[in-house]
Amino acid sequence: MASGLRLLLLAALGLLFMAPYIWMVSASLKATDELFRAPMALLPEGWAAITNYGRVLREVPVALYLWNGLVMCGGILFFQLLFAIPAGYALAKLRFVGREWVFGAVMLGLLVPAHVPALPLYVALSGSGWLNTYAALIVPSTISVFAIFLFRQFFRSLPQDLIHAARLDGMGEAAIVWRVALPNAWPAATAFAIFSVVAHWNDLFWPLIATTGHARATPALGVLYFRTEEAGDDFGALMAACTIMTAPLVLAFLLAQRRFVEGISTTGLKG
Amino acid sequence: MREGGSRGEALAGWLLTAPAALAFLLLLLAPTLAAIALAFSDYELGQWPPAWIGLDNFRELWMDRGFRTSFVNTLVYVGIVAPVSVLGGLGLALLIEGAARGRTFFRAVFFLPVVSLTVAMAAAWQYLLHPTIGPVNAALRLLGITGPAWLSSSDTVLLSLAAIGVWEGVGFNMVLFMAGLTAIPRELREAALVDGAQRGWDRFRLVTWPLLGPTTLFVVTISLVRSVRVFDTVAVLTRGGPNKASEVLLYTMYTEGFTFLRLGYSAAITLVFLAIVLALMLLQTRVLDRRVHYG
Repeated sequence: MASGLRLLLLAALGLLFMAPYIWMVSASLKATDELFRAPMALLPEGWAAITNYGRVLREVPVALYLWNGLVMCGGILFFQLLFAIPAGYALAKLRFVGREWVFGAVMLGLLVPAHVPALPLYVALSGSGWLNTYAALIVPSTISVFAIFLFRQFFRSLPQDLIHAARLDGMGEAAIVWRVALPNAWPAATAFAIFSVVAHWNDLFWPLIATTGHARATPALGVLYFRTEEAGDDFGALMAACTIMTAPLVLAFLLAQRRFVEGISTTGLKG
Repeated sequence: MREGGSRGEALAGWLLTAPAALAFLLLLLAPTLAAIALAFSDYELGQWPPAWIGLDNFRELWMDRGFRTSFVNTLVYVGIVAPVSVLGGLGLALLIEGAARGRTFFRAVFFLPVVSLTVAMAAAWQYLLHPTIGPVNAALRLLGITGPAWLSSSDTVLLSLAAIGVWEGVGFNMVLFMAGLTAIPRELREAALVDGAQRGWDRFRLVTWPLLGPTTLFVVTISLVRSVRVFDTVAVLTRGGPNKASEVLLYTMYTEGFTFLRLGYSAAITLVFLAIVLALMLLQTRVLDRRVHYG
């Protein structure tokens, strides 16, 4: 295919893919009456950005939602790594009775989507009065069999000499995990971190179950609440809220595009 | 290599796996088994103890027209989203791979929906597809066509949700195919050229496609599994409506379990969902054993 034609086709498709973003931002700058009057105009006649974004910032606890999202994703990632890195190391480098069983459990766990244990987890959290807390958002996702699998694969290629030398220096296995193995596993850790944060930041299913009301709402829930409770037909304000909530991850992606793509494609390869 | 199985090594192995094993048992294994058990009970939240009712929940599912609609809708949704996003991903990957410039740029453009907040983008789509003030119908009006009420008519709602699903997932498949394409040695395509495969299509058919086999199989499976899990767009945009026209498995499971608090019945739906996911994975390993050509 001629390269000019190819570029033209890509540009047309790219524009099509960007349309929701373009219209979202455009609508967030328009006044309501203009949205109804001239739906096709991209640039607003009268700039209503201050009205729309002002309304969102006044009525929506944006900072709270973003903070909740940050606490949830940070908490989940911390425990996932805390549990998965030592387990991955042990499965890759140590011999112990029951190792095959543990690995079998990991492989079995990979087959079960997170939606399956959700009902009993909800019952347990509701029984213990933990619903609507950060713990409710974080705890169920702290174990990632996928992370264990990923780190096991990664640690298998770690040279045995390196570990042997550390042992001769008198390091215990736990010290080897955090001070020798982990520093060599940054590519796997970053890839997994991006995968995990993107998945949980965007997730609606579990936060919808685990919380009610605004106090512990994540960005996804925040948009949902604003849309159903307050925005009504005020599409300008709704699109402003969507723009604000979409921005953090999109900006992070644009800044570290290569890492995001690598992170999600290498981890996706087994997830 | 160390000679295996010293005591200290075994102890370290157990200690290092213990936290993960404990979390696995408490947060994954036990609740999954509990969900399976619940599916054979009449448990409703606040009503204790539940009674064992055997297969009654599944019998009720079988007779439940709402559930059947939900099941069929899910199949239709998967039947559209998976093939279109696989072929679309492959097409985009081939287009970008062969582009003279702008590869990183275009990759970013098509990948952006994968990392965007689904709920917010669903709302943006709702505005785009709005019957009166939406730009899509406004554009159609310019062409003299009266566009449908995309998300509120039972004829088009599933199709609209599927379009959003494709938009959201195709970039992910594209990236996986791009990784697969870079793994194909350039010499092979050149050799095919020397051997007389002059047209691009022949080289694709004879070299690229067979060598992409494992990637394609993986992309197909992951697209199927991802699209069976459709929930966010339905929960935000349609809540299964109008008249159950966009009711899908996970959303039905959610409303039965967390709105009507019929946990036993909801667990039965969860098992149907799990069975579908497992069947799709089994299909992958079966095909993997037989057909796929490894380069």
